[in-house]
Amino acid sequence: MATPKLNPLYKFQFEKAQDAFVLLYPEGMITLNGSAGEIMQMVNGERDVDTIISDLIAKFPGAEGIDKDIHEFLDHAHEKKWIKYVD
Amino acid sequence: MSTKPILKADVNNPLWLLAELTYDCPLHCPYCSNPVQMTERKDECDTETWKKVLSEAREMGAVQLGFSGGEPLLRKDLEVLVAHASELGFYTNLITSGIGLTEKRIKGLKEAGLDHIQLSFQAANADENDLIGNKRHSFEQKLAVAKLVKQYDYPMVLNFCLTRQNIDKIDDVLALSCELGGDFVELATVQYYGWAYLNRDHLLPTKAQLETAEATVNAFRNTQGDDEPKFIFVTPDYYETRPKACMNGWATTFLTVTPDGSALPCHSAKILPLTFPNVKESSLEKIWHEDFSFNKFRGLDWLPSPCRDCDEKEKDFGGCRCQAFMLTGDMHKTDPVCDKSPDHHLIQAAITQSQQPTENLFYRDPKTEIPVHLIQE
Repeated sequence: MATPKLNPLYKFQFEKAQDAFVLLYPEGMITLNGSAGEIMQMVNGERDVDTIISDLIAKFPGAEGIDKDIHEFLDHAHEKKWIKYVD
Repeated sequence: MSTKPILKADVNNPLWLLAELTYDCPLHCPYCSNPVQMTERKDECDTETWKKVLSEAREMGAVQLGFSGGEPLLRKDLEVLVAHASELGFYTNLITSGIGLTEKRIKGLKEAGLDHIQLSFQAANADENDLIGNKRHSFEQKLAVAKLVKQYDYPMVLNFCLTRQNIDKIDDVLALSCELGGDFVELATVQYYGWAYLNRDHLLPTKAQLETAEATVNAFRNTQGDDEPKFIFVTPDYYETRPKACMNGWATTFLTVTPDGSALPCHSAKILPLTFPNVKESSLEKIWHEDFSFNKFRGLDWLPSPCRDCDEKEKDFGGCRCQAFMLTGDMHKTDPVCDKSPDHHLIQAAITQSQQPTENLFYRDPKTEIPVHLIQE
């Protein structure tokens, strides 16, 4: 199972001024929405995608279709090179 | 002249702080955007003042921080400032010529928390690189620095300033960038401010040169692998018909602090006939929200004709105030780059004029004697 990790080109942190998680890179910033921020917090190079999904379901019980959202976001993040897959 | 008071709630805080630590530089590139009249080292802000500036900017929500100059490595307290910035949670960018970036310093900066290094090149071969910067062996040093930047695992942005002198060898620039393993590569045709404005007639590429270079870059992009550098091509606005949204709008996003502590809404604004505040005398919060100069061109209410009635005014905010001032003598006017501007012919004239320079090319050097009629200020 694929395990995502943050592309070392990016730095992920919470910004009080934006009230959001952001990705910082040379001279730029991407502001993540609430759910993207939650997913990115789970990306640590150790949790695989299934674990990320089950951990987020545990954190937000009752959130409908959460696994689809997670897959969609991770695909997007991979395409944008925010994350890479280990192995 | 009056400006309406602006409610604080309407004004975004700065996201970007450019800390120009010193104007001193080991290189002498004629395309430098620094002012022709440069602050002397003895008038530079001290470490404590810079720390105060960084803390205040971060408190306001700024997150991107550029250490620039001149050559910021000439400041012995760079590591101390990087450590302070890093502790505050800034994303820290070092914008450097690479001259003086020894392994000891690159390691020290890493330990201090530096996030990224942007390394400039003047050309993709030693002869031209060293000639443009007017410094022997600088190319060799830059190559060594690029290796160290990779070795110490920094994201690396390479910056090539393109001018009439080097733009024809864009192929070599692309090849060198891949060889060095840059993550991003800025191919920035020079913008005409400071020394570059003084030397504009020598630097402005022809339209044909520009089109060939851009086509070469586009063709190269199509052949690139996934792990190769991302090339960003910046065209000179003299060949555009709409102005750039300079600084994303006056005092909306960017804040520059110059070596002597002047706070500016953009790094060349010092040439404008405005009095800018100094960080030694006031807090950034007060400067950003209350200073006359920061409110002067904020928003859209100040716009002149034809911008006032233009449906693109929210895209470019009338363009660049410095460019309007340099070309027309009036900072309130529409940026003459816009072909709706009654002054657009000045851009055309500048392009024509540049084909036959009448003045010398001046290397950026505080000792250079510039004829009085060429100095704006």
